[in-house]
Amino acid sequence: MQAELLDIRNHIAQYPPFNDMPEELLERVVSGIEVVYYRAGTQILELGQTNHWLHYIRSGAVEIFRRSGELYNRVGEGEIFGQFGLMMNKKVRFPAKAIEDCLIYKIPDTTFQHLWENDENFADFVEIEDRSRLRSAVSRREKSNELMTAKVTRLISREPVSAPTTVRLQEAARIMTDNGVSALLLMDESGERPKLRGIITDRDLRTRAVTHALASETPISDIMSEGLITISARSFIFEAMLTMLHNNVHHLPVMEGDEVRGVIALSDIVKYESQSSLYLVSNIYHQNDVKGLKRISLEVRDSFVRMVNEDANSHMIGSAMAGIGRSFSQRLLELGEEKLGPPPVPYCFMALGSMARDEQLVVTDQDNAMVLDDSFIPEEHDEYFLALAKFVSDGLAECGYTYCTGDIMATNPKWRQPLSVWKGYFTDWIENPKAEALLNSNIFFDLDGIHGQTDFTEQLKTLIVEKASGSQRFLTFLARNALNRTPPLGFFRTFVLEEDGKHQKTFNLKRRGTAPLSDLIRVHALGCGSRSQNSFERLKDIAKTKLLLEDDAGNLRDALEFISIVRIRHQALAIEEGREPDNNVRPEDLSPFERSHLKDAFQIVSNAQKFLRFRYNAGGATRNV
Amino acid sequence: MSDSIKSGNSKQDWPDNYRKAAEKAKDARIRAFYQAGCPDPQTPIKEVPMVALDFETTGLDADRHSIISIGLVPFTLGGIQLGNAWHQIVRPQLPLQQDTVTIHGITHSEIEHAPDLADVLDTLFQHLNGRIPVVHYRNIERPFLNRALQWRLKEQLRFPVIDTMAIEAHLHPKRNPSRWQQLMGKQPISIRLADSRTRYGLPHYAGHNALIDAIATAELFQAQVQHHFGTDTPIGDLWV
Repeated sequence: MQAELLDIRNHIAQYPPFNDMPEELLERVVSGIEVVYYRAGTQILELGQTNHWLHYIRSGAVEIFRRSGELYNRVGEGEIFGQFGLMMNKKVRFPAKAIEDCLIYKIPDTTFQHLWENDENFADFVEIEDRSRLRSAVSRREKSNELMTAKVTRLISREPVSAPTTVRLQEAARIMTDNGVSALLLMDESGERPKLRGIITDRDLRTRAVTHALASETPISDIMSEGLITISARSFIFEAMLTMLHNNVHHLPVMEGDEVRGVIALSDIVKYESQSSLYLVSNIYHQNDVKGLKRISLEVRDSFVRMVNEDANSHMIGSAMAGIGRSFSQRLLELGEEKLGPPPVPYCFMALGSMARDEQLVVTDQDNAMVLDDSFIPEEHDEYFLALAKFVSDGLAECGYTYCTGDIMATNPKWRQPLSVWKGYFTDWIENPKAEALLNSNIFFDLDGIHGQTDFTEQLKTLIVEKASGSQRFLTFLARNALNRTPPLGFFRTFVLEEDGKHQKTFNLKRRGTAPLSDLIRVHALGCGSRSQNSFERLKDIAKTKLLLEDDAGNLRDALEFISIVRIRHQALAIEEGREPDNNVRPEDLSPFERSHLKDAFQIVSNAQKFLRFRYNAGGATRNV
Repeated sequence: MSDSIKSGNSKQDWPDNYRKAAEKAKDARIRAFYQAGCPDPQTPIKEVPMVALDFETTGLDADRHSIISIGLVPFTLGGIQLGNAWHQIVRPQLPLQQDTVTIHGITHSEIEHAPDLADVLDTLFQHLNGRIPVVHYRNIERPFLNRALQWRLKEQLRFPVIDTMAIEAHLHPKRNPSRWQQLMGKQPISIRLADSRTRYGLPHYAGHNALIDAIATAELFQAQVQHHFGTDTPIGDLWV
């Protein structure tokens, strides 16, 4: 930097995030600057435009807008804008307009990336934007890929199907059936040009029309949804996905100005996303021996990495992996039954833990159990079920699902029992809770029948829902157990590290991250009588009961998604580099962005644990690490 | 455009002048300058590479005074590239007067150790070639540079400049209030660099050196174009 540029350096050095910056970085900033003057009223950044500059306001004032056009912020001398796009895909996310004559110092993206990587203060500063920062982090991925780069228009496979708002219920249903669509757009045709007014979906027809036995002559305008959530044809698929999730809608009209280009459904996205894993699943069912299954299991990790690189969210990856695990179990059970003959009495094979929660990843052991019909006579029938359990368990181990170290497998006679015994187990756990016993049986409260008489599992779920929510003592013990593992966050927002097997200072993203979260979500879910198993589904149920504020539930969802996706990416990276994936992460392997957001996420977990302790009066047995 | 920005030079065919001068030039650096060319007068200003130029001198007369520092920064309407800015103190041919020193903040010792302009010509031309100089008050940089080259290389350097002060003068033709207006308390409108900048909401620079002034001039020109001309204005309407 030229000494004569001191005036410019000094100005920047007054304002955060530059005020504590080392001289060398500051000089780098000044040397990269391009100065531009904007007259009041000029649009500086337009939505979606490519932008490679961080903007620093030397003089003047700028208004920042949301994509909806709503005013988001007003910034003035010494403040920056344009950073969000630089952290994502170099596309402007928040348009900016000069409201006074402005002198802007433009700092190039290369400098921005350098500061972001090398200056923790700077990284924290640019990432901070209230709660929404974590939410935007969830939608961000390191690698640019299909979901990030493909536009929604790719999912539009046909002209939109529409009808005037004046049609009757029966006519609307007929149009939908004739065209084979699950959603019908309703147009107001009273003006010069038809205008989109509402939408009616298959689901609306079922819930609003059929259940209320509406007359077929009911005007469709009586039951259609108005105030539609739409998406621009220029949006990316991942944006459509986020819009659907945030607004809890399954169909989005795709707009180009006032014109409807088409409608996309959540199922379109899921289909688009999971083609690769679906292929793998169908292949599993074509295998006729354990050897074949083992061969296919080698592809599971590829499929996992592919989904990560395709930007699937943790929920999608978790359910796809659980689906694959379930398919292996089911095929092994079928092969076992072929080999051993039909079962002597009806039975249900249960998946427990992460597979039941649809939250499975690649490093996983097998947790399963068998619920037998009450006509079961051990002396006569158990030889068969033991053999079957052993066949499945050994087969799963061959396919990479290691044996459960806690012996929670159907091969253990304790977990191969008739339904009535199982009901006794659950009743005892809930009505006579003991801390130690519950610690080991936590996993049974995430259960899913995957083969045979699955209604046995449903009966157990019913029993749990009926008994658990009323048993304060049980919930208190469960809450205490859920507080045993705390997030690895120190007093000063530093990471608390432990030495792992390889003598590296790491923290465990499962033990100290996702596990404490799913534990505490389980307690609330049982407390509010939820029947769901998946943590995200459970959070939805919890939010409905007002047990948690909607915001808190939303924050927990975002924290879970973020910690999960960092963990998932960590594993995918290991696989790609030919290392054995694990859950131990070194802070220095994370980007400043990930580090900062992980801290936010861990803080949310920590706060949620405090609330859990208070809510279930679980103060006594907590341990702080 | 009124004639107030214009001078006799305006009617010149600059691209043709450059071509002819390139043939005659003896010094390789002068030849390279002309060979780098001059844009056609019809070229929209937004497409023209420019360089804001400011000299500090020992006085106002090119025949009697010398350059003591050079500041320049290349720019376009799209941005002023601070990374390519250049500042150089040079040793004047004539003794320094005490009062100039206080204005420029350059010490005797700095000047004693500074190179002669002849020793930094390569770098200077690297920055000038292919760019239209932008100055605030055309009667300093162009005549001083021309005189200095004549003296050292025995060759002239003729080129068009954009003069931000002339633009301000043109915009405020009646900047000096009449006696009557002065009686009523009306102040004259200053077209000095710092005062002109204030009218466009441009910040005040505390420092005073050739480089900061060059940057200040480049910023002023960007503001003038945005407020009064538009980015498609032909360069030929603005240079003098």
